[in-house]
Amino acid sequence: MEKALFEYLLRLGDDSLILGHRLSEWCGHGPILEEDIALTNLSLDLIGQATSFLDYAGKVEGKGRSEDDLAFLRFDKDYRNLLLVERPNGDFGVTIMRQFLFDAYRKPLFERLVHSSDETIAAIAAKSLKETKYHLKHSSEWVIRLGDGTEESHERIQEALNDLWKYAAEIFYEDEVDATLKEAGVLPNMETLRADWEEIVYSVLKEATLETPDNNWKQEGGRKGLHTEHLGYILAELQYMQRAYPNMEW
Amino acid sequence: MSKKEWPLWEVFIRSKQGLSHKHVGSLRAADEQMAIENARDVYTRRSEGISIWVVASANVFASDPNEADSLYEPANSKVYRHPTFYDVPDGIEHM
Amino acid sequence: MKELNIDELKRRFQEKIDNDIKIEPKDWMPDDYRQTLIRQISQHAHSEVVGMLPEGNWITRAPNLRRKAVLLAKVQDEAGHGLYLYSAVETLGADREETIDDLHSGKAKYSSIFNYPTLTWADMGAVGWLVDGAAIMNQVPLCRCSYGPYARAMVRVCKEESFHQRQGFEIMMKLASGTPEQKAMAQDALNRFWWPALMMFGPNDADSKHTQQSMDWKIKRHTNDELRQQFVDITVPQAEMIGLEIPDPDLKWNEETGHYDFGEINWDEFWQVVQGNGPCNKDRIDARRKAKEDGMWVREAANAYAEKRKARLAKKAS
Repeated sequence: MEKALFEYLLRLGDDSLILGHRLSEWCGHGPILEEDIALTNLSLDLIGQATSFLDYAGKVEGKGRSEDDLAFLRFDKDYRNLLLVERPNGDFGVTIMRQFLFDAYRKPLFERLVHSSDETIAAIAAKSLKETKYHLKHSSEWVIRLGDGTEESHERIQEALNDLWKYAAEIFYEDEVDATLKEAGVLPNMETLRADWEEIVYSVLKEATLETPDNNWKQEGGRKGLHTEHLGYILAELQYMQRAYPNMEW
Repeated sequence: MSKKEWPLWEVFIRSKQGLSHKHVGSLRAADEQMAIENARDVYTRRSEGISIWVVASANVFASDPNEADSLYEPANSKVYRHPTFYDVPDGIEHM
Repeated sequence: MKELNIDELKRRFQEKIDNDIKIEPKDWMPDDYRQTLIRQISQHAHSEVVGMLPEGNWITRAPNLRRKAVLLAKVQDEAGHGLYLYSAVETLGADREETIDDLHSGKAKYSSIFNYPTLTWADMGAVGWLVDGAAIMNQVPLCRCSYGPYARAMVRVCKEESFHQRQGFEIMMKLASGTPEQKAMAQDALNRFWWPALMMFGPNDADSKHTQQSMDWKIKRHTNDELRQQFVDITVPQAEMIGLEIPDPDLKWNEETGHYDFGEINWDEFWQVVQGNGPCNKDRIDARRKAKEDGMWVREAANAYAEKRKARLAKKAS
């Protein structure tokens, strides 16, 4: 049970960490100053969530690893984030679509986790839910604007959707980790999570005049530590200081 | 600049319940929804507000400073509108 | 109301300034005053926005989660400050987009300090401590500037900036009390940023063409040299406290004046960097230009959508 919980906390923490990292790459390069600030706010929320989940993961593991040890000193195979969140930023359309597909999962997920039998998870989820509701609102509105904006924006965001769709399928990957935690009540009512996600996604895509890709292929691996080539480069930057100057305080 | 810019919006923030909205600055946004969200991200990063108004700058009409004399100075002579204009003898309270 | 002649308008304007009455956007103001403000405020706004880049350079490499969040929040603040300032420029009738185009074409300037590279993590400390420290020194008097919207924007900026300098100093302090490697990193950053930080106050008073007029208009309250001296006096003891050495062999306390004497600034370097020959001028402008160009389709799409939505709502209402 502890092992499953640790594993699951890494999944939650790493999703936030890696997506927060990706969004932070936008800082100073956004399409307009106002949106630059908005993207950074998302990033800050996610880094805060990562800190909470990884801190708790370290405690559950019981080997004395801090949130920083976990964030900065694992090898790529030990990261448990979705492949979706490590996808490169691409243009603003790719970033927004990636964010939307993720937010549409995170909001119903946190809505369930606030009822977790694990009090720490419930507390982190309650705080994160407030943030995520805003993230979803922001990303949904942008998907609609870009989808129903100009011909060019429509094409770009449709292409982003087509590309990211197979990675989004990994959101519903489940294995013995989930089974164990469901039984323990740590993960309550997960059966309808997918339906909730689909409802959000389909209604927004419809309003955005976008077509749902008919590709049913699932691109999985992240949850088990099998990543794309991109994670290595993310970690090369993320871990640079800790690797180059080991055992120092900053 | 060849392409059209997003319109300018004036932002008003209520810092806490019981106070009125106060002008804090402006920003650009394509529509009112975006203006509200941008205002939230730009002007309330340090919990400065609990309520936001945005008004398209084009819809703000201002009085002309050249008419300030005739608009505002006549009020200066109406000192009887202020309580300090009146004498109240010592010993009278609650007035 | 009868039309006043220009001399009378100017006299009344200066009278207001002399009585510390703020000038507001719709008030009459001399054209030179307006132009000076547009130039100065937009330059200030550009500095905030270009200033995001050297620090943004280390966001993805920050050494731990706390530092990463702090740095990110700090750089985000710079964007916010840029925005407050652009919004002050717009009250003068200048268009944000046009002032930004002037930046991209090289017509408008920004603080030269941002044309220096950030090479190590310690540079995040040096930038926060020295660059933000110098900026605050310049900015605090601007909170009393004669132009209302600029003064109000600066009040907001100064309030927010106070954490910037502290986080920078904290980084330096941590490094200076760390391993020899860390301390060397901190010293190296101080060595590289000290002189450019002193240059941030602008040319010596004798060579500063704008100072006198700006002082008369109360846009500026202190001269470049006064502010520079104040910065040196405040910063030297801070460096001593954390055991770092200011890279100036001529630096010494002067009992008589009650100030530190310091060495001659390399003005040749200053002007070269201002004119585009700094190590990063091109990189910085290219990055800003790219952000704007890459964002064009996004801004257009939002406009197009807003128009469609408005039309739909109007149709529904009719």
